[in-house]
Amino acid sequence: MSTKNKLILIVDDDQDYLYQMKTRVESFGFQTLLAESQKEAEELIEKTKPDLAIVDLMMENEDSGFILCYKMKKKYPEVPIIIATGVAAETGISFDINDENNRKWIKADRFLEKGIRKEKLKEEIDKLLIKINS
Amino acid sequence: MSTLKILVIDDEPGIRSGISRILRNFRVDYPFMEEAFDFEVHEASTGEAGIELIEKDKPDILLLDNKLPGIQGIEVLEYIRKKQMNIIVVMITSYASLELAVKATSDGAYDFIPKPFTPQELKSSIENITKRVFLKKMTNKLQETGKQIRFQFLSVLSHELKAPLNSIEGYLQMIKERQAGPQLESYDYMVDRMLERIKGMRTLILDLLDLTKAASGKGKRDIRELNLVDIANTAIDTMRPYSIQKDVKLNLHGNDTVKIMADSEEMEIIFNNLISNAIKYNKEGGTVDCTISENGNCVEILVEDSGIGMNPEDITRIFDDFVRIKTEKTRNITGSGLGLAIVKKLIDTYMGKIEVTSQPDKGSKFKVKLPIDKPCS
Repeated sequence: MSTKNKLILIVDDDQDYLYQMKTRVESFGFQTLLAESQKEAEELIEKTKPDLAIVDLMMENEDSGFILCYKMKKKYPEVPIIIATGVAAETGISFDINDENNRKWIKADRFLEKGIRKEKLKEEIDKLLIKINS
Repeated sequence: MSTLKILVIDDEPGIRSGISRILRNFRVDYPFMEEAFDFEVHEASTGEAGIELIEKDKPDILLLDNKLPGIQGIEVLEYIRKKQMNIIVVMITSYASLELAVKATSDGAYDFIPKPFTPQELKSSIENITKRVFLKKMTNKLQETGKQIRFQFLSVLSHELKAPLNSIEGYLQMIKERQAGPQLESYDYMVDRMLERIKGMRTLILDLLDLTKAASGKGKRDIRELNLVDIANTAIDTMRPYSIQKDVKLNLHGNDTVKIMADSEEMEIIFNNLISNAIKYNKEGGTVDCTISENGNCVEILVEDSGIGMNPEDITRIFDDFVRIKTEKTRNITGSGLGLAIVKKLIDTYMGKIEVTSQPDKGSKFKVKLPIDKPCS
């Protein structure tokens, strides 16, 4: 099962992080679609359906990422979402996506720390893409 | 985990032990708030004994029967109200007359539990009350010396300080891995972005120093009579290279007669921030007009620009710490998000006022009023 040519939506309000993530994801052979805010991302997904999304948590508001996830899952329930965040390291608040209680309200499939290694990122993306294709 | 104290005042031993049993292993959880409550139940068989325990144990919640051997439940309720104690009272009543219910409610009873009740009824009532106690505790905590605000400030600050570091680290990693190939020029964009982020971080650190000064309001404040036009001129001279680079024209209106008692460094910070914003968020070929005038017992400083303006929702946020208005037009403008917070705090220390009017695509107008000797009218 090939995961090449898949379209990955990347949403982050830091233009440098966006650029770096785009370069990385494209080096894996994927195509990218970029948005700098929750609002911009919502507009994009109206017209285009990505195969996977990587979303920052704190953008316009502290919970922009969560809201975007919620809206995306409503529109495209099958599209996997990764929340990339530096929140745990910065505020000490930790979200555990595998916790049953949190799963109910956080509509993301994975939580990744922003400093994640390239190989690990590739592995996580592949895993999620293969899951929906099987 | 916090423990709430519940006092049961009821003359029937069966009710008292029943409540103790039901609540012994009961927990109320708030996973969102990372808070959970359990309960410690105390018992009294008369109103008199109950009041003694209220004084001694300071319970959070009181479950109160009305029909008691000595003083009635309603009198216990009155006692609590008179002493203005912070206790949530729930009446347990077998035959709640309307009259009693009205009296109890006006004396501050929070809820009624009919007797006999099922364990589930008791639990859901306690759950509601716990929510209320929790919210009350949260509000009290927030009011305590603004601690929460400081925590928030620090966590946002660490985010703001780490973001440029992460970005620079990311680019350096890409360069180390030669991700754009062997040509040095291919990395120009990354280097430019790194320099930009370093510049932003330096601004942030300088602004933080200003903010600390403004927030403490003390330090080495040197209040003396100042000529504001002189100060504005200094600020404009400092900004001149920046305005030329952005092709924005700077005009100063006002005469030398306007004087104020203030610290010159603080006045400079106000002018620097307002004027640099007016240039920063302007259009090419735009103008900035700074007007200084006297109006009654106040000095008025007006900084008007012909820039990109703001919409009404944004205006309400701009004086908060670390707020930056993010739009397509501001995406290449750097700033710490602290400038106007500093300006506002400084103006507050002078008992002055700052007002903003703005129109998207037309420009913004900041009006500062500072009292000369008495508060501004």
